[in-house]
Amino acid sequence: MIASLVFYLFATVLLISALAVISSRNPVYSVLFLILAFFNAAGLFLLIGAEYLAMTLIIVYVGAVAVLFLFVVMMLNVKITAIKESFLSYLPLGLLIAGVFFAEIIFAIFASLKNPRVFAAAKADATISNTQAIGNVLYTDYIAIFQISGLILLVAMIGAIVLTHRKRPGVLRQVIATQINRKRKDAVELVKVKSGQGA
Amino acid sequence: MNHLFFGSIGISDYLILSSLIFVIGICGIFLNRKNIIIILMSIELMLLAVNINFVAFSVYLGDIAGQIFTIFVLTVAAAEAAIGLAILVVFYRNRGSIEAEDINSMRG
Amino acid sequence: MLDTGFIATAVLFLPLLAAVLVGLSVRFINVKLSQFITCSALVLSAIGAGVVFNEVALSHHVIKISLLNWIDSGDFKVNWSLRVDSLTAVMLVVVTWVSAVVHIYSVGYMSHDEHRPRFMAYLSFFTFFMLMLVTSDNLIQLFLGWEGVGLCSYLLIGFWFKKPEANAAAMKAFIVNRVGDLGFALGVAAIFVIFGSVQFDVIFASVAAHSGDTMHFLSNDYHALTLICFLLFIGAMGKSAQLGLHTWLPDAMEGPTPVSALIHAATMVTAGVFLVARCSPLFEHAPAALQFVTVVGALTAFFAATVGLVQNDIKRVIAYSTCSQLGYMFFACGVGAYSAGVFHLMTHAFFKALLFLGAGSVIHAMSGEQDMRNMGGIWKKIPFTYTYMWIGSLALAGMPFFAGYYSKDVILEAAYAAHSTVGNFAFVLGILAAFMTAFYSWRLLFMTFHGKPRASHDVMHHVHESPAIMLVPLLLLAAGALFSGYIGHDIFHMVGSHHAVGFDFWQGAIKSANVVEHIEASEVPHWVGLLPTLIGILGISLAYILYIAKPAIPSKLAHIFPKLYLFLLNKWYFDELYDAIFVQPAKRLGVHLWKFWDTIIIDGLGPNGFAWLSLQFGKGTSKLQTGYIYHYAFVMLSGLVLLVGSVLFIAGKN
Repeated sequence: MIASLVFYLFATVLLISALAVISSRNPVYSVLFLILAFFNAAGLFLLIGAEYLAMTLIIVYVGAVAVLFLFVVMMLNVKITAIKESFLSYLPLGLLIAGVFFAEIIFAIFASLKNPRVFAAAKADATISNTQAIGNVLYTDYIAIFQISGLILLVAMIGAIVLTHRKRPGVLRQVIATQINRKRKDAVELVKVKSGQGA
Repeated sequence: MNHLFFGSIGISDYLILSSLIFVIGICGIFLNRKNIIIILMSIELMLLAVNINFVAFSVYLGDIAGQIFTIFVLTVAAAEAAIGLAILVVFYRNRGSIEAEDINSMRG
Repeated sequence: MLDTGFIATAVLFLPLLAAVLVGLSVRFINVKLSQFITCSALVLSAIGAGVVFNEVALSHHVIKISLLNWIDSGDFKVNWSLRVDSLTAVMLVVVTWVSAVVHIYSVGYMSHDEHRPRFMAYLSFFTFFMLMLVTSDNLIQLFLGWEGVGLCSYLLIGFWFKKPEANAAAMKAFIVNRVGDLGFALGVAAIFVIFGSVQFDVIFASVAAHSGDTMHFLSNDYHALTLICFLLFIGAMGKSAQLGLHTWLPDAMEGPTPVSALIHAATMVTAGVFLVARCSPLFEHAPAALQFVTVVGALTAFFAATVGLVQNDIKRVIAYSTCSQLGYMFFACGVGAYSAGVFHLMTHAFFKALLFLGAGSVIHAMSGEQDMRNMGGIWKKIPFTYTYMWIGSLALAGMPFFAGYYSKDVILEAAYAAHSTVGNFAFVLGILAAFMTAFYSWRLLFMTFHGKPRASHDVMHHVHESPAIMLVPLLLLAAGALFSGYIGHDIFHMVGSHHAVGFDFWQGAIKSANVVEHIEASEVPHWVGLLPTLIGILGISLAYILYIAKPAIPSKLAHIFPKLYLFLLNKWYFDELYDAIFVQPAKRLGVHLWKFWDTIIIDGLGPNGFAWLSLQFGKGTSKLQTGYIYHYAFVMLSGLVLLVGSVLFIAGKN
């Protein structure tokens, strides 16, 4: 019973913060509510027994992505805007479509699940912790995907740098190719110096 | 809905929750008139919903592959958020505004 | 010796050969060469026609030549074949001799024209079609010739195509002809339905068998042969400019004078008479149609003569005279004296062509002047032309011993001897027309040649006789106008039943009714024979009084009876009537169909409509691209919702 109460608590806060994300007027508030949503999701993961993922969620999402969001919001100096009237006029139709979509998903879920109320139908080996279980499979069966996701991150990093890189005027940059292509005759000059005369 | 308040939590509850968050994320995309960052955050919400779905099923079916997949979703979401924000920054540099209603130069 | 059949074929195809040769090389052929080719071809044809006439008509040897298979479709079989019997032989002589004379005359008349090769080619082309018409063995081939002469008439009337009046006249001729052709075509179709064939031999052999047939058309039953003959006569009306379809003939005078002589005096307009004579076995079994023919012929004779009384253009007077004489030919056929009609056709060809070519000579002498009110006092200067015009007019008026006397008298006697209502009607109108014919012919002579000169001094100074190349053909035609009557009547016995003279000229080529026998049997009183001559002399005298003795009277008469004068001058207002009934409504309909239905509805719904629709569609679709991401996302979501919904729905059904 406690479990279900905790579940409902986490779930409720998660939902409310999700709603707040999309409807806040202040974008900083939106980011903060996103962070709250992530925390609650992590809580749900913990509840269900996927602790590794819960921690990863907090580290990656909250620690990296949400902070990044915050940085950008602050940097772009996004103004606090009033709710436009046009927003309200589109609300009913949008909510209708979204509601229909939601109904379809629910219908699909319940049409296909046999025992929706049963959880932990086949509990795996209880002796291994979640982390170990993940580790067992990650570096063996899914090694290729693992490496590829690393590559994805690399590409994203390069991409982000390339996109936002600005050439500032007056900044000296090294051009390695020119440096390497320097010939000896451009660099060194042998001068016969008389003793005591200097260069 | 076979849902009992204060009964035991079943997978259906997680699934309903995940679909709710998903729909909220979708609403965030097209109901927002404020700025582009909300769209990116709504995408993060949708991915979160998907993650909850994966983990719920992983535990329900006892297959760890769901959680593996969630890790990768995490990775990709992070990468995508980074790129998206980079684009946004460059866009702001060129246009000076990230109001959703000002972005209509692709108008037909 | 050459086989007569070959000669007949050569007679037919030599003009075609000349026409094609010259016609295809119009742009670069030497003018003299083109004239030589066409004229020699026609002269050879004329000689050949004489030989054929001798063989066929006088030695009674009918020629039938089959050339090619043409149409073979189910029951409908038509072949290219020639049939030369007495009737054909007469027509061959008439057509080729007059055509040869006209060709030679044109060399002189058109000497200042720049398009001489084209003219000669057209003339020869026309001759070919006319010959094909008269030598045809079946109605379809005849129709081909029929249409061909119509075409050549169009080409020749509109020869000076830079003149808008000539173009309009050419179109008018063709279109009015077309109306007649419709009747003809319907008649041919009806013949095929009743007889099952369009060959003359087959048709004529079985006429008696079908004489009682009826045709069902538009919920009414009609006597088949009457209907057929009526339709065929409509075609003849168009071609021979009978009352109702006559409006094109005066306007056809826009063409050069040789054209008027050849086509509108001697040959094309006689095609109608030829048709009626050729189909005489059919007409004999359709008395109602014959009555109609008589009435129309008589009315035309009268009508045209009245209009000819007051015309001022020299060629128009002669044109109305032609129209009137054609009426004579038709009512002769109508009372059953087909041979008299054809005989008059022959004599008329000679003296009418003579009159036309003589008028051409006058026009040539007067430097292109055609209005008689501007002529006068030139008889001393152009004596030969004057003489020829006298000969032609005497022949036309039917003065004794001239050609017209024999043919016209026979026709009027036949009309009297028919002793039917229509016959008497035709007789009365014919006598009146004879009176008017004599009057206007001498009016023409007096106005043109006598009196004080009314032309300008320069024109009078320039009046000269035509060159020999124009006078010799006139001489030849004058010989025909003088002697063809006597020869035809007393030597060849073209008119007259074989009972009396023991020589059957026609050999059944034309069905002669009993009428001619009545004449031969002198059932006709003497005064009927003398009356036309007397009337003619009366007409001449009246013309002399009005135009030589007291020339002030005509204009006074015109002032006293202005309405009557204008009525006659404006050709009984037929042109205005047709304009109001047919031309203007057709024009209005055409404009309406064009401006409203074509431009607005068809173009609007069709290409323009589709273009507009595509544009609207494009504009509408381009509005979908608002540029806002959230719109796009919303549309994507809606699509997704629909897709998922449909998948669930289908899955749920299974």
